[in-house]
Amino acid sequence: MDYLLTEQQIMIRDLARKIAREKIKPIAAKYDETEEFAWEIVKVLSDSDLFGIYIPEQYGGLGGGVMDMCLVAEELSKACGGIALGFAATALGTFPILLYGSEEQKKKYLPDIAKGKKLASFCITEAEAGSDAGSIKTTAKKDGDHYILNGTKQWITNAGEAEIYTVIAMTDKTKGARGASAFIVEKGMKGVDFGKKEKKLGIRASATREVIFTDCRVPKENIISKEGMGFIVAMKTFDNSRPGVAAQALGIAQGAIDHAIEYARSRVQFGQPISSFQAIQHMLADMATQTEAARALVYATARMVDSGAKSVAKESAMAKMFASDVAMKVTVDAIQIFGGYGYMRDYPIEKYMRDAKITQIYEGTNQIQRNVIALSLIKESIKSG
Amino acid sequence: MNIIVCIKQVPNTTDVKIDPVTNTLIRDGVESVINPFDSYAIEEGVRLKERFGGKVTVISMGPPQAETALKEAISLGCDEAILVSDRKFAGSDTWATSYTLSAAIRKIGLFDVIICGKQASDGDTAQVGPGISTHLDIPQVTYVKKIEEISGNKAKVERMTEEGYDVVEAPLPCLFTVVKEINTPRIPSLKGMMKAKSAKVIKWTAEDIKADPKSLGLDGSPTRVVKIFTPPARKGGEILKGDTPDIARELVELLKDIVI
Repeated sequence: MDYLLTEQQIMIRDLARKIAREKIKPIAAKYDETEEFAWEIVKVLSDSDLFGIYIPEQYGGLGGGVMDMCLVAEELSKACGGIALGFAATALGTFPILLYGSEEQKKKYLPDIAKGKKLASFCITEAEAGSDAGSIKTTAKKDGDHYILNGTKQWITNAGEAEIYTVIAMTDKTKGARGASAFIVEKGMKGVDFGKKEKKLGIRASATREVIFTDCRVPKENIISKEGMGFIVAMKTFDNSRPGVAAQALGIAQGAIDHAIEYARSRVQFGQPISSFQAIQHMLADMATQTEAARALVYATARMVDSGAKSVAKESAMAKMFASDVAMKVTVDAIQIFGGYGYMRDYPIEKYMRDAKITQIYEGTNQIQRNVIALSLIKESIKSG
Repeated sequence: MNIIVCIKQVPNTTDVKIDPVTNTLIRDGVESVINPFDSYAIEEGVRLKERFGGKVTVISMGPPQAETALKEAISLGCDEAILVSDRKFAGSDTWATSYTLSAAIRKIGLFDVIICGKQASDGDTAQVGPGISTHLDIPQVTYVKKIEEISGNKAKVERMTEEGYDVVEAPLPCLFTVVKEINTPRIPSLKGMMKAKSAKVIKWTAEDIKADPKSLGLDGSPTRVVKIFTPPARKGGEILKGDTPDIARELVELLKDIVI
């Protein structure tokens, strides 16, 4: 399918594809096994300017948008959804600054992120605040020129590896959701600690840790927007970042299809390649069609976000939900095509299924996405009378 | 430091086929790439610039489409690109090619180091690099696997041999041909690719480089290709069957017969 990418987008896509093929593919299994963070790939992505593609030129980026970010997330995820997440989660941690940061904050933090000198991370989830983000317990208490943060964030992607953390904490618990605020916290500030690295089903090359704040004094100029804006910042951030998760899912699905086709062509049973059997052909056809449909939805959503559309919550949720559900189905089917070999960890395909699962869960479970979509539908219906 | 890197555009060897009738390469539909060995030369040139400052000029003799290879070199960090292209160069052997490139390098003028890949993946002669240094009357070190240091007016490099390596010191200006052990070529950067897109490749003809017309192209080439042929495919080996002690004895007799 031709998506009429611009010349620059084709360049970005091809470069990301080259990095995925030449640099990530050969080491994906190793990092999946060791669960280490692939700093060598962060270096390649930073040397090739990819960290800056969605950051405006005046802050050292290339001035692209969510569409460009999606192209990179998709291509990298074809080789490894876990390693790709180092890139995508940095975008997630950067969006609050991009969308709501002050000029000073942008000048201070964006150039290092654009150059790939520093990774970013977004901290909202807590042990008792998952889908119910309103029950956040981490507090930020004003004290003169500072806010004092206390609390523990859980399952934070890039935690420990990133330098820049955007954190949602309660400045006024009595106000509920309107009492949340967003802060920029730097690694190395006193009172910021990291928990042990979590052991995960998939995306094992991605670092997931607790971020623990103990009387952490954050300068008051590090608040993003103003007190009480925390949830708005978070929700708008997700509207922008969900196409990125969708693109990651898309890449995982496409990577699995590419492996499955190659395997089906070379695997001989009953005296012929299994790709000659209609049972396999129809599975491949369905997998490819569903993935292409997901791609069309993801790209359309990313372009809508970049157009500056006021409300993209519904479309972002649709893209994330659809692409991740497709990725899960496609990766399960890809293992089926590999048969017994697919179940073996010596073969690359089972990893795709393990990596796909998280895309149905994080940045809002797909059930939460359906809530968002349904709520938008009902609101639209009421509006149109 | 002024660094010159010489590159050649070659057909991607992974999909090269030979025409069985004419015994020449079938170039139709075959992708052209930078000679893989020259990628190491480009990388080393850019690394020298990053270590010592200066400028990397990349140069190629070839048809107009070799401009693509030169632009790719710019995306990888080279500063300036020169394409030496003229119909008069057609049919050049390694002598005429190195003569032509040396004339172009004379026109560039100032240089401290010239870097070439050890050989091209299509011709496989490994003669053009040494030829250039001879035409320019400067020292050469071939099969360089590491440039240890450059200071004062000399360079200390490691030259790969079959048994290990020699450490060689050479006065500058000097020409190096490099082997793949010297570095890992980088992935181009987006900013580099954008720069390459708008970069202007300088084009020089035979006249521009003041080359002696008698030394160019087929006429200027002392080499005569008498015959090109594809060697016959190797026949399958013989597989001995039977009990191990018996076939071991049989194998020894066979090896004796062919005098190994």
